[in-house]
Amino acid sequence: MTLMTPKELARKSVDYRKKILKYIYSAKAGHTGGSLSCVDILNVLYNDVMQVSPENFASPDRDRYIQSKGHSVEALYVVLADQGFFPESDLETLCQYQSHYIGHPTKKVNGIEQNTGSLGHGLALSVGTALAAKLDKRDYRVFTLLGDGELPEGSNWEAALLAAQYKLDNLCAIIDHNKLQITGPTCDVCNTDPIDAKFEAFGWEVKHVDGHDFAQLKETFQSLPFQGEKPSLVIAHTIKGRGISFMENQLKWHHGVPSPEQYEQAQEELNVLSEAL
Amino acid sequence: MGETIANPHVSEKPNLEVFSSTLQNLAHDDRQIVVVTSDSRGSGKLVPFGQKYPEQIIEVGIAEQNLVGVAAGLASTGKKVFAVSPACFLTARSLEQIKADVAYSDNPVNVIGISAGVSYGALGSTHHSLHDFAALRAINNILVVAPADNFETEQAIRAAAAFPHPVYLRFGKKPMPLLSEEETSFEFGKGRVIQEGDDLTFVATGETVWPALQAARKLEREQGLRATVISMHTIKPLDENLLARVAAKGAPMVTVEEHSVYGGLGEACASFLMQNGLALPFKIMAIPDEYTVTGSQGDIFRHYGLTEEGIAETALQLCK
Repeated sequence: MTLMTPKELARKSVDYRKKILKYIYSAKAGHTGGSLSCVDILNVLYNDVMQVSPENFASPDRDRYIQSKGHSVEALYVVLADQGFFPESDLETLCQYQSHYIGHPTKKVNGIEQNTGSLGHGLALSVGTALAAKLDKRDYRVFTLLGDGELPEGSNWEAALLAAQYKLDNLCAIIDHNKLQITGPTCDVCNTDPIDAKFEAFGWEVKHVDGHDFAQLKETFQSLPFQGEKPSLVIAHTIKGRGISFMENQLKWHHGVPSPEQYEQAQEELNVLSEAL
Repeated sequence: MGETIANPHVSEKPNLEVFSSTLQNLAHDDRQIVVVTSDSRGSGKLVPFGQKYPEQIIEVGIAEQNLVGVAAGLASTGKKVFAVSPACFLTARSLEQIKADVAYSDNPVNVIGISAGVSYGALGSTHHSLHDFAALRAINNILVVAPADNFETEQAIRAAAAFPHPVYLRFGKKPMPLLSEEETSFEFGKGRVIQEGDDLTFVATGETVWPALQAARKLEREQGLRATVISMHTIKPLDENLLARVAAKGAPMVTVEEHSVYGGLGEACASFLMQNGLALPFKIMAIPDEYTVTGSQGDIFRHYGLTEEGIAETALQLCK
């Protein structure tokens, strides 16, 4: 893998955001806000961190990515298309009758490891996958992306306990901490703060990162595992709807679809950003 | 198939013990066999397995959702996983993990419900699984299997280890006599005919096949009625060919199961027969939809007539 500079990653993310909006706009469906908050993380993982590609996807030694917050699948789709897992034109069928490109990840789409969508499942799946690497003495790593809104699911905490019990330092969980869920601010719905202290108490090593800062994301993932014999947690501070002025931190964009005028404005804002880079 | 006399003194072990010994035999030759338990290795008779193959047993603690999610992750890498927990918790508390992580994602976990049905008897309804057939029948891509005797148990475990898709198997705690001394084949989805007769048909599953077979013998002895007795170890997919063949005789049919009267073997058979125009006198024997009577498994079976006498009496009424 050729490592990318933060600036190259930033350019990619602008492109990814344009595509996320394009396909959501075209499908008239999708989780816009969450896809825009997590896409920079996916960008760094797939372009700079993980050893996974269409060529090695059948290999037992590939790194795994399991998206627990399955609803932000549009971000994953555009990144996988860019990696060559499938032609980007497939995304024109997003959420259409008989398309495999539905509103949550399924293994019918090349590059996707697990069917997800129900929240609180990704961490346990990842623990099992990481455990298998330990049993088989393989070097692959397992990455999973959780939303902050899904943290009250008790299954997360069952899995967090076990990850520490089995010293899974090949496991990295990332929380897309955009601080908003469909009902309102996560701290007002069922407050899970302090997330770091909770996971630390469960036996994890935790780092905070600006989830839109490519240099920080690179550096953070390069330092994995944060401590030997411990699972790693990255709390990525993000902005829901990141990159589009009128979507940022606005609850209604959780699964909002832009109007034609809003779509034009959003693409224009991304064009300006692209030129500035 | 000729008449066979089952000897209750032959191989009378709890199916759970056969499950455990079969797994040990498999694990000896196959490092990919992995058992996942939720503080359930004792009740699952898996302590010897853990001692012999410590690298092939994963303990998750009392956390059934995690048990199934972790099992699915392990299975996704090619492990042959047996996720073991009391059936009551496994198929209720972790139902969504079975649905999403195992069945929907097609991770070939063998979901093993131990101490199933009312095996826990006097521990009460929290510990009974009278819903598991119904719950899992409605989920795509998981076989639902309840072996009746030690032979079926060993065969089912071997078949499950080799099966590339999810399987649910449930076992009880009671020592089970062999249904037949004949060497018969075992295949998921193919009912096992214990004996053949033209006067009535018993279709039973799991630990109720034995009393159904005893009832058939009683009716033959006392009434001169000869029954077909089927161990329908696979509830899903149902052996429709076998059902159609025996239903063509037009004889009354009694289904027997250690499950709620709703959604289990009986309703599966009724649905098939009705939708295929196979009308015959028909009765489902199961646990009724009520606050289950308290007592041991034997007490509960007696209370609801799931005994040699009770089954024979119900069948006789249907024949009149």
